[in-house]
Amino acid sequence: MLEVIRVGMADLKVARHPSILTTLGLGSCVGVALYDSKNRIIGLAHIMLPSSKIATANANRAKFADTGIVDLLEQMVAIGANKNNLVAKIAGGAQMFNFAGTNETMKIGARNSEATRVVLKELNIPIISEDTGGNHGRTIEISSEDGKLMVKTIGYGVKYL
Amino acid sequence: MANDIDINNINSYHLDVLKEIGNIGAGNAATALAKMLDKKIDMKVPQIRVMKFSEVSDVLGGAESEVVGILLGVNGDINGNILFVLDLISARRLVNMLMGRPLNDEIEFNSMECSALQEIGNILAGSYLSSLSNLTNLRILSDIPGLAIDMAGAILSVPAIEFGKSSDTVLYIENEFTYGVDSVVGDFFLVPDEISYGRLLNALGVA
Repeated sequence: MLEVIRVGMADLKVARHPSILTTLGLGSCVGVALYDSKNRIIGLAHIMLPSSKIATANANRAKFADTGIVDLLEQMVAIGANKNNLVAKIAGGAQMFNFAGTNETMKIGARNSEATRVVLKELNIPIISEDTGGNHGRTIEISSEDGKLMVKTIGYGVKYL
Repeated sequence: MANDIDINNINSYHLDVLKEIGNIGAGNAATALAKMLDKKIDMKVPQIRVMKFSEVSDVLGGAESEVVGILLGVNGDINGNILFVLDLISARRLVNMLMGRPLNDEIEFNSMECSALQEIGNILAGSYLSSLSNLTNLRILSDIPGLAIDMAGAILSVPAIEFGKSSDTVLYIENEFTYGVDSVVGDFFLVPDEISYGRLLNALGVA
């Protein structure tokens, strides 16, 4: 049965064919979608912060790029994905508000995207496409049918990665 | 020194104090708005929302609904954000009233209208925070406002991220403003970080 599963902020989910995973309204958070085309297994994480090391509350591992992506990979492998088949698509990491004196917090989008790239590289998972940066929100949806990642925006249309 | 107060276990007394903060702050902001527009602005009882991050995007009629957000950083003795959110039609009506124009329902905003919206945010946040500052004797300042017109979820996540480092939940002190029956509806959010939340309560003699 086709099931659309929602992933909230600082959350992650994995699913088998024919499910779809979606996360709504990504701002400076980054959506990390992994796909195993052979086993048709998908995973999606909604990353909020770059590193669990700077945090005093790091119980929720899905919140951070360093721990969230590792957990996403583990959970996919646990339901039958093969790590060597995995490819990644990432979207988000925007800067929603423009300020004159932009401080560190406001650049969090770019830092999230960068941390995500570093973690995926360490795990040897290739990023085959990405739609990051800018100053607009995104809703994304990964299909287990073909691994296509739909990116929906307001004012910038819909595209498929 | 502020005591540690766990936002995951707010008691009803703290909740009342937070509501009162919202009442006084937003009450002043509503008065400022009423003066600016020479219109009667109503305000609902404030809501204190303590949400898991996964619930944040569902506030305000869905994560993907398009809204106008005006965000100001708050600093001084209190750190956090203040966020004013309007639906597009409300924002349009507010701008038209402020600029003395006849009402229309055009939902595109030019740069001057965006500036006007930012200025509204500035004045509202200023009056909110100055009343809070008087009440608590804390030094509370706001930064220059930023504006975004986009998905509600993406906008609301910005002040939530501040919380992410120290908590798995976020606290919003929310006030709804209305003018007329439903011609302008806006939401005002004060999002103090976790330490500031304790400081606010302490400054009011609650701990």
